[in-house]
Amino acid sequence: MASAQAPAGQTRAHARVPLRRRIDRGLLGGVCAGVAERMRVEVLVVRVIMVMMATVGGLGVAVYALAWALIPVAPDSEHVGRRPGAWREAALIVLAVAAVFAGVHFAGSHIGEGLWPLVLGVCGMALVWRPTVAPDGTGASRRRTMRALLRRPSALDAPRLIAGALLVAFASAALLHAIGVQHSLGKAIWAVAIIAAVLGLVAGPWVLRLGRSLSFERAARIREQERAELAAHLHDSVLQTLALIQKRAGDPREVAGLARQQERELRSWLLERPDPGEGASVAAALERAAAEVEELHRVPIEVVTVGDGPLNGGLEAIVQAAREAMTNAAKFASSERVDLYAEVEPDRVEVFVRDRGVGFDPGAIPADRRGVRDSIIARMERHHGRAAVHSRPGEGTEIELVMERGPSP
Amino acid sequence: MSAAPRVVIVDDHHLFRAGVRAELGEELPVVGDAGSVEEALAVIREQQPDVVLLDVHMPDGGGVEVIARVGEECASVRFLALSVSDAAEDVIAVIRAGARGYVTKTISAAELADAVRRVAGGDAVFSPRLAGFVLDAFAQDALAGSANDEQPVSGDRDLDQLTPREREVLRHIARGYMYKEVAQSLGISVKTVEAHVSAVLRKLQLSSRHELSRWAVQRRLVSLDGP
Repeated sequence: MASAQAPAGQTRAHARVPLRRRIDRGLLGGVCAGVAERMRVEVLVVRVIMVMMATVGGLGVAVYALAWALIPVAPDSEHVGRRPGAWREAALIVLAVAAVFAGVHFAGSHIGEGLWPLVLGVCGMALVWRPTVAPDGTGASRRRTMRALLRRPSALDAPRLIAGALLVAFASAALLHAIGVQHSLGKAIWAVAIIAAVLGLVAGPWVLRLGRSLSFERAARIREQERAELAAHLHDSVLQTLALIQKRAGDPREVAGLARQQERELRSWLLERPDPGEGASVAAALERAAAEVEELHRVPIEVVTVGDGPLNGGLEAIVQAAREAMTNAAKFASSERVDLYAEVEPDRVEVFVRDRGVGFDPGAIPADRRGVRDSIIARMERHHGRAAVHSRPGEGTEIELVMERGPSP
Repeated sequence: MSAAPRVVIVDDHHLFRAGVRAELGEELPVVGDAGSVEEALAVIREQQPDVVLLDVHMPDGGGVEVIARVGEECASVRFLALSVSDAAEDVIAVIRAGARGYVTKTISAAELADAVRRVAGGDAVFSPRLAGFVLDAFAQDALAGSANDEQPVSGDRDLDQLTPREREVLRHIARGYMYKEVAQSLGISVKTVEAHVSAVLRKLQLSSRHELSRWAVQRRLVSLDGP
């Protein structure tokens, strides 16, 4: 009993190490490893004690099963170790119990003979309870446990629940048999079945209704939360923009810009795109650059990207150059819109920025127009890429940026 | 196409219908409009228009539903999808249902009229964005195919791949080129460009569904748990 009682007694001494199952270090369910960690002893010691207890009428098996069911998994070991399926767990427990009893029986020992129905029952209980214990140690775990108890068992839980219920039923019958209804185990099982059926008939509808009303309530609460979130979002974004648009109704350019900005925000919110500030991908960086230029110069920029990849090495440069090209197009071309097309392939990145504006003669860029020469062409060359300007007066401009991506970053 | 194509507008937003009607009405005869799938079926059957401008998103089914219910019966009617949506699965779905093209609602009146004429003439209309989607989808296919040599379910490789020329045409469209400009840049005739785009449209409609939907799921564009 030492190991079973020890955790409670040690609570004050080692309050910092909570009792958690260590699946990653354990053999079966990590119970012994967890207890050992909590008590700061060798795992082997705990295991030996557990096995010794198991030989005493299977007591250790019951203790182990209960501990398995009730002790939460350590959060950091949850996804590290194996995650056995429900059937495997059930089979393991039943096999262990059967092995112990077979061993005890063949050894001719009758120690604790009266105890085995209890052990079986406890194992069954453990199976039934096990999925309802939340694996984390936070305050929410108790509430979740209650909810899990009431929710309909999922397909994954079903085998475990059935095995557990069978074990409990069998144990109850055996217990009845042991306490006096000898020679009539069959009758005892019938009695249990009838009582269970009666209880189910009487209480079943009520339990069902309770579960249903709880799930209704939960669904309603979730809907309410979603509605509140939506309302908050619309208020912060769309309503604000509409108010601004009404104020500036006299300035069509400004109104179009505001509408466009809001459209982009709403779109990315609807598509649940990650915040472009977060992801460091080429496509996201180009989209962000386009949005910034668009906001500054109030010219719509259509961004089309094919493929994507991490923004590393010289790719910052191509984004910067593209940004400069878009700025030029928006500022000088007096084009109604600008198209940006980017193709990100494993070995090369190409970006095209096109406008349908006034165009110019690339051979005669004035020396003071540093934008094209320094910010685009020279920048690309510095980073082992190249830039080409295709333009003719009156036919718009297209700037082509190409960067090969070598094996090194 | 000698006569100007007759147009029906299907969109559940009254304001948008009125706007397009006013804009387009200057250039093309708009013979009817509809605000729901049922209305649309009635108007299309009655008017037998050349082109239906079809909103992708409508209550009770949207554009896909309209094409599904009237497309075969009125085989001469051509559909051009019009949407505010950027979502690839919407666009691809309506194209696969049989629309001859897709443009966004922010398109200018002149460009829209041009697109309608093109669709009426039997050509396909790709916006830069749609071209990008298609390139992305077929690039993904090519990568997946070369990576593990897995044969697509249809077994028809031709339908699951774009020719280099088709890719080149699509890339130009994605870059914002008009058909005429694409032709100029590639040194081919406008008719050839149109033929390439129509071929891509056909591939998009007929190629292995498996590959395209897998692509959409991979890009997290299709929600697996529906409403």
